Amino acid sequence: MSIKYMDEYRDSEISRKLVEKIGNLSRNAIRLMEVCGTHTVAIFRSGIRSVLPETITLLSGPGCPVCVTDQKEIDAFIELARTKDVIITTFGDLMRVPGTFSSLQQERADGRDIRVVYSTFDALEVAKKNPEKKVVFLGIGFETTAPTIAAAILAAVQREIENFLVISAHKLVPPALEALVATANVAIDGFILPGHVSVIIGLKAYQPFFEKHRIPSVVTGFEPTDILQAILILVEQVEKKYPRLENAYQRAVTFDGNAKAWNMMQEVFETVDAGWRGLGVIPQSGLKIRERFRAHDAARVFDIQVHGTQDPRGCACGEILTGLKTPPECPLYKTRCSPTDPVGPCMVSSEGTCAAYYRYHAD
Amino acid sequence: MMKIDKIVLDHGSGGKISHRLTADLMLPIFDNAILAQLNDGAIFDLAGMRLAFSTDSYTVDPIFFPGGNIGDLAINGTVNDIAMCGATPLYLSVGLIIEEGLPMSDLESILIEMGKAAKTAGVTVVTGDTKVVPRGAADRIFINTSGIGLIPEDVQIAGNQARPGDKIIISGSIADHGIVVLTQREGLTFDSAVVSDTAPLNHMVGRMLAGGKKVHVLRDPTRGGVGTALNEIALQSGVGLKIFEEKIPVKGPVAGMCELLGYDPLYLANEGKLLAFVSPEDAEAVLAAMRADKYGKEAVVIGEVVSDHAGQVFMQTRIGGTRIVDMLTGEQLPRIC
Repeated sequence: MSIKYMDEYRDSEISRKLVEKIGNLSRNAIRLMEVCGTHTVAIFRSGIRSVLPETITLLSGPGCPVCVTDQKEIDAFIELARTKDVIITTFGDLMRVPGTFSSLQQERADGRDIRVVYSTFDALEVAKKNPEKKVVFLGIGFETTAPTIAAAILAAVQREIENFLVISAHKLVPPALEALVATANVAIDGFILPGHVSVIIGLKAYQPFFEKHRIPSVVTGFEPTDILQAILILVEQVEKKYPRLENAYQRAVTFDGNAKAWNMMQEVFETVDAGWRGLGVIPQSGLKIRERFRAHDAARVFDIQVHGTQDPRGCACGEILTGLKTPPECPLYKTRCSPTDPVGPCMVSSEGTCAAYYRYHAD
Repeated sequence: MMKIDKIVLDHGSGGKISHRLTADLMLPIFDNAILAQLNDGAIFDLAGMRLAFSTDSYTVDPIFFPGGNIGDLAINGTVNDIAMCGATPLYLSVGLIIEEGLPMSDLESILIEMGKAAKTAGVTVVTGDTKVVPRGAADRIFINTSGIGLIPEDVQIAGNQARPGDKIIISGSIADHGIVVLTQREGLTFDSAVVSDTAPLNHMVGRMLAGGKKVHVLRDPTRGGVGTALNEIALQSGVGLKIFEEKIPVKGPVAGMCELLGYDPLYLANEGKLLAFVSPEDAEAVLAAMRADKYGKEAVVIGEVVSDHAGQVFMQTRIGGTRIVDMLTGEQLPRIC
C-alpha cells in the first residue's frame, strides 16, 4: 500500500487554497449534509469545520451503519447470541451498542461466544472450523458491505459450509435520501454523497433522486482535499443556482458502479421495506436474503423472539441522524451520555455523530 | 442506561474505562499518596535514597511477533516504566503463569530473549516465580515483571511537572507495535517490514538527563497510545497541550493499515518510544541527546504546553484546522466500511 498517494490528498497547501476559495465564493448561509459516517469522522478529524466560513453549516446524516440499525434489530442480535450452540461473528462497531437490556460486549462477558472479525470471510472460516455450531454473521451496513456478505454466502454454498448463516439488516442509501427529503423537516441545500457506497452503486444510482429534487449533490472521497473540493463545488452550485449531480471522486467512482459487486448483491438479496432508527420504515430500503439461500438466513432458520424493545429514553439519536439536531442540543450529551457510558448508538460507533463531536469538537 | 456489572475487555484497554476502574475501585482501597500520583512507577524515598518501583503484566497475543516476543517485551516494558520516573533501572523480578501444554521450546525462546533484553538494558533479574495452570485457565503464557531503580538526586520527573512553554518531544514513529500485533493476531498480511518497536529506553533517558538538562515529564505511550498519554499528562499537570498533526511521525505502511481498518495511530501502543516534556531552553540539547541514541534517531518536537484549556489536548491539523484529541475510551474496534 502506498501512502504517498494519500498524502497528495492531504496536502496542506492545496487544502488551504480550497478553503480560501470557499471563503471567497460563499455569500449565502447554506446547510450541507454529509450522508456518510466515514465522511463525518474525516471532517472532524481533519478539522474542516474549524476552517470553513460561518456561512456554511455541515449536518451529519444517516450514514453510520450501527447508528441507523433499528433497536429491534440490535435486540434480535443479542437474542441470537443467547441461543444455544450459536457463535456470533460481527464487525467490531456493534460490540458496545446498547440494546434495550444488554449489549454484545456484556453478553460476551457473560460467556456467550461472540467474535469480532475483520471480514465476512473470517466468519466463514470460523464456521468451517466449528462444524458442530451455527455461526451467524451480523450483517449490517450499506451497499459497501452487502456485496462482500453476498460473496460469503455464495462461497458458503459452493464450499458446502452449511453452518454459516447471516442475519441481514442491510440498508440502502438512495431510499434514505428520498425519505430524508420527504420528511421536509430540515432544509438541506446540498448533499455530500458517500464515496465507498458510490464505488458500488455508481453515480447513476442517485440520478432519479436528483432529477426529482434538484438539490446540489456531489460524490466525494475521504481525504481533506476531497471533502473541501466537494464543499467548493456545492457552494458554487448553490451560489449560481445551478444544481447538478457531480462526481468529485473520479479516481474510485464511475457512472455505472461496480457491476460485478452489484450483481452479486442482487443474486443473494432482494429489497424489502426496512426500519431505520430516526427515519422509521422506509419502503424498499433494506436487503433480505432470497428464498433460494434460506438455509443461510438466520432470520428464517431461527425463531427469534424479541420482547419489550424500547429506544433509549431521552436519546436524540433519531433527530441527530436526520440533521434535525446537533449533539450538543441533546440534553443527554456530555451529561448522561458519553463514549464511556453511551445511551444511544450515535455515541458508541466510531462513525457516530455524537462520538465524533465528543472526541474531536472543541466546545 | 445499562450498568456494567462485569469486567469487560475495555477495562483493560488503558483508556478512560481503565482509568475509571483504577480511580473508583483501586485508589480508595489502597489509599496512599504515592499510588495516588499515578505515574508509570511509584516514586518514593527510602533510607536516604529516591527509588522508582514499577510492575506490569504482559498478556500479548500472539506471543511471538515481528520484532520481538512476550519475553523481551516484558523486560523492556518494566525497564521503561522505571526509566520514565527518571530512574536508573537496577533489579527486576519475573513471574510466569504458564498454560499446560506450552511447548518447552517456546518457553526457552521466550526466556532467552528475556535474558538478552535484561543484558542490553543493564538490569539483573534477581527473583522469580513460576506457576502452571490447566489448559484453558491461561492463554499459553502470561508474564509479570516488577523492578526497582534509583533516581539521581537532581532529577525531578513526574506526570504533574509539565509547565507552559515546555516542548513536547516524541522519540520516533508511533503505533508500530500496536499495528504489528493487531495485524499478526488477525492474520492480516503486511507487505512491508514494519516490526514492533520494543526496546529498552533507559540508556537514552540517561543521555537526556546528563548534565542537568531540564526534562519535566517522561512517559512511554504504551497501551492507549500517544493520544491517551498526552491526555493523562495534561490532566496530571493541569495544563493544556497543543500538538501539530504534520509533525507526528507515522510510518507509511502503518498509516495505510490504520486507514484500512479505521484505527487512529494516536491510540495504538508503542513499546519503544517515549514522550518528553522539556524546558524550551533545553529542547535542542535534549533532542540532540536523543538523536545520538539508537532508539531516538527520529526524535522530533511535536508540540508544546500552553497556558489555556487546562486538561485538554488540542491538535492543529494538516489543513490548518483545530480539533481536540480525546483520551481513548475503550479498545479500538475495526470499523464497518
